[in-house]
Amino acid sequence: MSPGSVVAVPAQVPEPARGPAPRPAAAAPTYLDAAAAAPLHPVARQALLAALDDGWADPARLYGAARRSRLLLDGARAAVADCLGARPDEVSFTASGTQAVHLAVLGGLAGRRRSGDRLVHSAVEHSSVLHAAERHAAAGGSVESVPVDRLGRVSPAAFAAAVGRPGTALASLMSANHEVGTVQPVAAAAAACAGAGVPLHVDAAQSVGRVPVPPGWSMLTASAHKWGGPPGVGVLVVCTGTRWVSPVPADEREGGRVPGAENVPAIVAAAAALRARLSEMDAEAARLRPLVDLIRGRVAATVPDVEVVGDPTDRLPHLVTFSCLYVDGEVLLHELDRLGFAVSSGSSCTSSTVTPSHVLAAMGVLSHGNVRVSLHRDSTEADVHRFLDVLPGVVAELRAAAGVTGL
Amino acid sequence: MTTPEPALVLDCLGRRCPLPVIELARRIDAVEPGAVIGVLADDPAARLDIPAWCRMRQQEYLGEAEAPGGPLYLIRRTPA
Repeated sequence: MSPGSVVAVPAQVPEPARGPAPRPAAAAPTYLDAAAAAPLHPVARQALLAALDDGWADPARLYGAARRSRLLLDGARAAVADCLGARPDEVSFTASGTQAVHLAVLGGLAGRRRSGDRLVHSAVEHSSVLHAAERHAAAGGSVESVPVDRLGRVSPAAFAAAVGRPGTALASLMSANHEVGTVQPVAAAAAACAGAGVPLHVDAAQSVGRVPVPPGWSMLTASAHKWGGPPGVGVLVVCTGTRWVSPVPADEREGGRVPGAENVPAIVAAAAALRARLSEMDAEAARLRPLVDLIRGRVAATVPDVEVVGDPTDRLPHLVTFSCLYVDGEVLLHELDRLGFAVSSGSSCTSSTVTPSHVLAAMGVLSHGNVRVSLHRDSTEADVHRFLDVLPGVVAELRAAAGVTGL
Repeated sequence: MTTPEPALVLDCLGRRCPLPVIELARRIDAVEPGAVIGVLADDPAARLDIPAWCRMRQQEYLGEAEAPGGPLYLIRRTPA
């Protein structure tokens, strides 16, 4: 086969001028799961392609190509530090947001071993925090999980009380919840931690590039594919003066915090995407917030027996979650996928997991029939309206099929 | 605490959510208003979904009791 035939193929595809109209299922799927991974920002795509040419070499080496990689990496670090209100030497790049959280929590605990062995976190943290906490407990450490209210918010007083108990080595609180969008009282938690002399880790994965993150944290973690960077890049910020000891074998990379060669092209793209996101952040939040409000209102009005969960106002601008009574969440997601909508669920009703979402469980809300819709910079009002137009019918059909109509 | 004696117990062991809640919704009218119905369910989601259903349907959730096979969730049908 000649190389030319590869590019010739698209030109030979005839225009569908005649014949049946395209079926709705053939239309491009509407992607509404930005809280899992946002589509790559166009600026990130350009940066990634350029950095694949200039940043492929190992930045730790001493020849020209390595120095070019190093310059790109240093530039990306400076940009991310600037965006997060940190110093470049406080910023390390990881392979994921999850890895960043593991390093922050376990490294923060290891660094404070002499002060105590207690970890405090909210009951609705990302599973990466809970997994690190399980590891800590398995090693003999103690863990206090602070409950949340029906809206998914931790009480500042309860969190402060937990942080103030003797032997607390580290506190971890997310900036906003990934399943229901509720914003957490980070500023109050930071003040309580400062008063108790306890470092605070803030998991800002869902907030960075979406809303400002309050200051006062000692460590911050984030994930590039949530803000339009490529997958495979996380950020760990450890403020100067914060005690931190690597919980994994260390090398000289990333300030001794993250071992292994850096993915420089992806990091460069992540930094470019973050800069671009911050420049459009306020406008995007102002555009998406009314669409989320529209979803909250219309779902509650048009779908019977639905619980729209999370704080109605003090919330992320791009994420909304609701649960449909008597509906199997997995079946609902498959049906929406078939109709061209990619959404997510914290539902327990999946073949892979038998435990309910720990977030919905901590809130004490309906756990089945759960749908999370999360918007991004390409999401349009028309996308939202199409989703809202099909949803009531889909839920009604599934209820009719299950014989639960009128219950 | 004394456990109220249920007038009817629904065996939903081995049935995953939302089936225990659906069964409860189907059968609650089988007990008199003011009487207690129990749901025996080992799906961990039932612990959330049964109280949530009670909230949405204005029924009184009484809590759970230990029973052979799994937790027994107790609901008092709203007096007419």
